[in-house]
Amino acid sequence: MKVIKIDKKEWTSGIEQVKNAYRVFGPIKEENKEFSAFKELGKGVTPDLSATDTRLSPKGIIFPQSEAMFEFTTDSTSDDCNLMNVPEKDYSPRAIVGIRPYDAAAFTLVKKNFDTPEYRDNYWVDAYDACTFIGLAVSSPSILDFSTSTKSGPFDETGLDVLLCDLDDHFLAKVISEKGETFLKAAGFTNIADEKDVQKIDILKKEAEDKIQSRVFFDKIQSYSILDIYEANFWEDISFACINCGTCTYVCPTCWCFDIQDEMQGKTGQRFKNWDSCMFPLFTLHTTGHNPRGTKLQRVRQRFMHKLKYFLDKYNDGIMCVGCGRCIRFCPVNIDIRRVCDTMNSFEPAK
Amino acid sequence: MNPYLPFPVRIDEINIATEDKSLKTFKFIFLNKDDETKFAYQAGQFAELSIPGKGEIPIGIASSPVEKGFVTFTVNRAGLVTTHLHKMKVGDIMGIRGPLGNCYPWEMLEGKNILIIGGGFAFTTLRSSIIYLLHPDNRSKFGDINVVYGARSPGMLLYREELSEWEKRDDINMHITVDGTDDPDWKYNVGFVPTIVEQKAPNGDADTYAIICGPPIMIKFTQPVLEKLGYDHDHIIMSLENRMKCGIGMCGRCNIGKELVCKDGPVFTLNQINQTPREY
Amino acid sequence: MTGYIAKIKKISKQILDEGTVDMVIGFRKGTLALMNEPCFAKTSKAVDDFVWDGNCGINLANYLTSRKEKIGIIAKGCDSRNIITHIIENKIDRDQLFIIGVPCKGMLDRHLLSAKFPDEILNVSESEDAVIIKGADYEETLPRKEVLQENCSVCIHRNPVIYDELAADLVEEQADLDRFEAVRKIEALNAEDKWQYFEDLLATCIRCYACRNACPLCYCPTCFVDESKPQWVGKGQDTTDIRTFHFLRAFHDAGRCTDCGACVRACPMGIDVRMFTKKLEKDCFESFGWEAGLSLDARPPLDTFNPDDPNDFIL
Repeated sequence: MKVIKIDKKEWTSGIEQVKNAYRVFGPIKEENKEFSAFKELGKGVTPDLSATDTRLSPKGIIFPQSEAMFEFTTDSTSDDCNLMNVPEKDYSPRAIVGIRPYDAAAFTLVKKNFDTPEYRDNYWVDAYDACTFIGLAVSSPSILDFSTSTKSGPFDETGLDVLLCDLDDHFLAKVISEKGETFLKAAGFTNIADEKDVQKIDILKKEAEDKIQSRVFFDKIQSYSILDIYEANFWEDISFACINCGTCTYVCPTCWCFDIQDEMQGKTGQRFKNWDSCMFPLFTLHTTGHNPRGTKLQRVRQRFMHKLKYFLDKYNDGIMCVGCGRCIRFCPVNIDIRRVCDTMNSFEPAK
Repeated sequence: MNPYLPFPVRIDEINIATEDKSLKTFKFIFLNKDDETKFAYQAGQFAELSIPGKGEIPIGIASSPVEKGFVTFTVNRAGLVTTHLHKMKVGDIMGIRGPLGNCYPWEMLEGKNILIIGGGFAFTTLRSSIIYLLHPDNRSKFGDINVVYGARSPGMLLYREELSEWEKRDDINMHITVDGTDDPDWKYNVGFVPTIVEQKAPNGDADTYAIICGPPIMIKFTQPVLEKLGYDHDHIIMSLENRMKCGIGMCGRCNIGKELVCKDGPVFTLNQINQTPREY
Repeated sequence: MTGYIAKIKKISKQILDEGTVDMVIGFRKGTLALMNEPCFAKTSKAVDDFVWDGNCGINLANYLTSRKEKIGIIAKGCDSRNIITHIIENKIDRDQLFIIGVPCKGMLDRHLLSAKFPDEILNVSESEDAVIIKGADYEETLPRKEVLQENCSVCIHRNPVIYDELAADLVEEQADLDRFEAVRKIEALNAEDKWQYFEDLLATCIRCYACRNACPLCYCPTCFVDESKPQWVGKGQDTTDIRTFHFLRAFHDAGRCTDCGACVRACPMGIDVRMFTKKLEKDCFESFGWEAGLSLDARPPLDTFNPDDPNDFIL
């Protein structure tokens, strides 16, 4: 295992240098806003690693909220009339600096959806492959962080190429992949840390994990049948407060559902892939007016069943949640996935 | 390969399929000959018809894999895309993305008797299936073939010329029916599909499978009839519809439990469907 | 105000036990500070979970739309005004409702407080005039009036305008307020600055529709943004589409909005969407002397025609 020591005095110049080889994305505090967000960093802008967790996860860097898949013209005088053309895409190397381990782990879950044996969503996968993930370990987990209950954790390396640990005047950068090593070299960060420093990472990791108080259990959920939980009587109570906005799905790093929409301006148009949400009635509405998930209860149940049961059953690889806690924090009516997970896990099917 | 990129096609022929003109059959020719090979499909699959500026719509493939040089779709005018499609003309260019989804389980059905039950305009993939089954290369691979097909009135039956040809054959038993008619020359059945199934369909056994495609109300009332005739739930094969966008199992809306109608389906046995929340 | 809960529970249990209602809609304690969760109780045992404090800012009238049961509902001043609007607009029958009126002293501004205390707020306790904020290593007492939602600090209808029983004595209404000061500031901007103001305001909108869905007025079976035949608004992140959504939604609420603040409270991005509706509230007040939801007997101004209606806005 290789660990690089980065003096914080070198940090800014290293990030500037690496921009010659990468498009760099990172959290910055936006002007006039109380919160930070992931943005592409222009010249002279350094990722603000003191910024607390972003409202939106960086999923939009790989999977933009609205992305043009095709361009076309409907002008019948054009040779190209009604033919779909892929717009120019920039899949040159990019890096997300300061991504949280749970957000990086989320990409690996979402990959199961977009990169399958049968089909490959080139827009998502090409962007993902172009990306180097420079994680920042979480030293002070929020009270809503339950990442250690999922397949992630404050120092988890899943989906990361480098894990940065903040030690006040310097970072320790754990090199996880070749991609990560290439990035650090491009930034000029080559100072190998000594053994004593390296040991600090494990201590910090233990400390951070111990700070996490929030836990969920889903050990029993897999043993119930889908229909048992689907038909359980707790869904009315769980779903009552829900206003069916898309907040939980949009802030979630693992929610991947999308819509396909054509938009025209005069005779030229684009076909877009837009984030969509299982909370919206339109998501499943048939042309006939029939809606298989026409009620709030059905939609709320779908969201939690997808994350905590269908995904678990389908891939046998944990739940579709990394424990970031965003959906809890930003839900306008305080629907708490931890409570729902507990309810599902402690459910007693009718004999 | 970009799974969202449709194959460009030209509309080669448009035929009004029903007397009320709400359905039209579109015959498409691939602009690039190679795309036809890439579009190799089996009866029961569907495709996204893609109209730039309007969007895409999943439609069952009505032509049969044994028919070469074109693909056909019979489309009901209902929403934004299909309404626009109905206004398009021969020679217009659009796109087809597919083939998508699974098909009827033809390998498993070899050597078996097949009961095909269809209602209204959901007969398209069943038409594809019948053409496939009756092809000289295939007919001997299957046992008895019975078809119950019903529509509101004689003029609402799809593929009327083919239906009367099949009527004349002795290697397929046709039971055509209409809900009602005032045509004194109507020589086939009158009555709803479930009733005709009860009267005309063979009993279920280990070697007989039913394939059903039709409106929800028909399916609802046909199921108990099939049970009465002795069809096990794993011998009843159904094709489901749901709102779809991607057609490749990614966009997340068409699931029934953990199964995706667009990718794991649209064809399921009733036995499989029984184990899912029936969100279709 | 935190002392109301015993009475709220007592009334709720009584109307459930007596069979006056099938369910009571209220709040239960949230899982994080500054948040309570709307909930229902169908048994008097379930009523035990009810809470009442300054974190009940979600408008419960939103949960009444087209329900068929007999319902007990806990209503602040603004909730009660939206209940009246719901009754006028035939979304619920007066006969279906048992309204437990709650005189209100304003709800705490969760966005403001979260911004003020970057280190997680773990506990909030309230007294008549003060709010005590506790974190892992801090505790601060703030005057209540400084941490209220803005709509609450300019509210002149704190007492429920319709109720079957009160959970407490009526409170004194606020007077001598400039309710539209914030609107006037924007009105005073030149066109360019005004445009910039709204651009900045909406810059972070993610079109989650929390504002719309938290609003009791937004019950259209198909909202215009969801309409597909024809499609009115694009579904992406084009700023024109985002603006169209917010502008049209606000206009649809003209003469109906009670300034309950649920939209602002709900917004995950902290956008002050009230700045749209507040302007229309002001226009309706100035043009028609109208305030929404004060009487079951008056039709809203945009519902009626009067030859004396002001028409100087016609160019």
